[in-house]
Amino acid sequence: MIISVASGKGGTGKTTVSTNLALSIEQKVQLFDCDVEEPNCHLFLNPVMGKKEPVIAPVPEIDLEKCTFCKKCMDICRFGALAVLKKEVLTFDTLCHSCGGCFEVCPEGAVLEKKRSLGDIEHGSARGISFVRGCMDVGQVMAPPIIRKVRSYTDPNLVTIIDAPPGTSCPVIAAMNKADFVLLVTEPTPFGLHDLKLAVETVKILGIPHGLVINRAGLGNDDVKRYSEKEHLPILMEIPFDKKIAQIYSNGQMVVDKLPEYKEKFQDLFEKIAQLVEKGGQNR
Amino acid sequence: MKELVILSGKGGTGKTTITAAFASLAKNMVMCDADVDAADLHLILDPDFKQSTDFVGGHEAVINPDMCTQCGRCIEVCKFDAVRDTFEIDSIACEGCGVCVDLCPEQAIDFPETICGQWYISGTRFGPMVHARLGIAQENSGKLVALVRQEAKKMATQNNLDLILTDGPPGIGCPVIAAIGQASAILIIAEPTVSGFHDMERVGELARHFNIPAMVCINKYDLNPDQTKRIEDLAQKTHIAIAGKISFDQTFTESMIQAKTIFEYDKNSQASIEIQKVWDTIVSLPEFNTPVNNIMQHL
Repeated sequence: MIISVASGKGGTGKTTVSTNLALSIEQKVQLFDCDVEEPNCHLFLNPVMGKKEPVIAPVPEIDLEKCTFCKKCMDICRFGALAVLKKEVLTFDTLCHSCGGCFEVCPEGAVLEKKRSLGDIEHGSARGISFVRGCMDVGQVMAPPIIRKVRSYTDPNLVTIIDAPPGTSCPVIAAMNKADFVLLVTEPTPFGLHDLKLAVETVKILGIPHGLVINRAGLGNDDVKRYSEKEHLPILMEIPFDKKIAQIYSNGQMVVDKLPEYKEKFQDLFEKIAQLVEKGGQNR
Repeated sequence: MKELVILSGKGGTGKTTITAAFASLAKNMVMCDADVDAADLHLILDPDFKQSTDFVGGHEAVINPDMCTQCGRCIEVCKFDAVRDTFEIDSIACEGCGVCVDLCPEQAIDFPETICGQWYISGTRFGPMVHARLGIAQENSGKLVALVRQEAKKMATQNNLDLILTDGPPGIGCPVIAAIGQASAILIIAEPTVSGFHDMERVGELARHFNIPAMVCINKYDLNPDQTKRIEDLAQKTHIAIAGKISFDQTFTESMIQAKTIFEYDKNSQASIEIQKVWDTIVSLPEFNTPVNNIMQHL
């Protein structure tokens, strides 16, 4: 079962929920940190890290001996990553989406594959959790291929928990697509509600069953609850607004270690998710 | 003209509430919401959406079943697994690269433009604002960010405004890079947590990578004095100017619920007094006072 933890708004508690959920449940679990721009799970789990591998995207390099400057590569490229001049061809690696068009279309076989590093994947383990983390290189822009690479390690025999990035665009889609359940985390504030609505729309487009965790409950107002009732969005857990929890988090500690009563609450959360997945999702 | 871009790396550190507070203080400026993916600044600034324009962000492949012979060439060339076995395009997976369009031997694939969102020019009680909404699950957020910033610059030039105040997106990827190119300076809103530290480190690295002066403001600094100290030490070591600190203050949330800036809600609150100090520091720092080069030539 794949559970993707997402939010729309940043800083609502995705990482807190994914790491504590992973540590609480009895089942064998793998945790994927797919917030590849700002991955943080390792700061809380302190995993023993093992194998590290680069994420590579092919980008064009032109063999000028073979090139006839016919411009077919430039014409097929929708991203402006190639400019064919009179006697040279400029390539712009950061604009390239690795669609392979230029390789396919070149009649001379003059487009060679150069490897561009987007980031890396690290494998590790922490307290019985198998952990995979994607990390984008600073200055790179392509998060989705790194996220897809992390997700290629999904083991169907395990519970897979994905810590997704904030927002609603391509990296979030890459982290949620084909999950069995999306667990949305929000805070009960106007910003939290606004971005929750966007996240709910996103999940609906993908047609994935979903439910809500309200973090910092008691802060703000009741608008998130009213919205959830109206939308039949099940509230699966509430974590109260408590400076103690904020301090535990700030030190990189786990809530379930410092406040053991939460272990059962996270187990309950998992039970509820499992039931909703089994029912095929009430919110489909 | 100057452009200050507010970033954080980590989401939820207070970028937007602090940007809105600065809007209360800054004079002669245009606001720009460059978080097009989950924009929130409008919830406080209450813009009037004077002018709305479609954002045509790209194209999407559509197979014409009458012309398709199901030869499978499109499936073979698509690197994004966007062509289903039924010879339909999965529009969420489609990257808009057009390779299948060009290589289909029957020319059976259309490639219409897609409207990926809207962008707006608005008036607010603090001055003009340029903002946008990227459609759900759409591509090209970086392109839309670049567009709203360009429009904000045009507006500043036409109206002789000296400052663009830009609320940036979280992360360090495509929309963030689009939000900082040629900015005068960035202000990182950091929070004193292990993740806040880690994420600020990466944004700082990004600013250096693109050679943009950076400042940091620590929000909720009293939540964890040790982590606050770590952030200050890191800033010093990596030449990020310290613009100041703001207390953990629930007045922020209360003002947000009233759709007010913290100054409008309670100008005597602890956080208001501290933000005023942070703003005074920012405008006096050399990081902020480097003019933006070459922008005019690009317009």
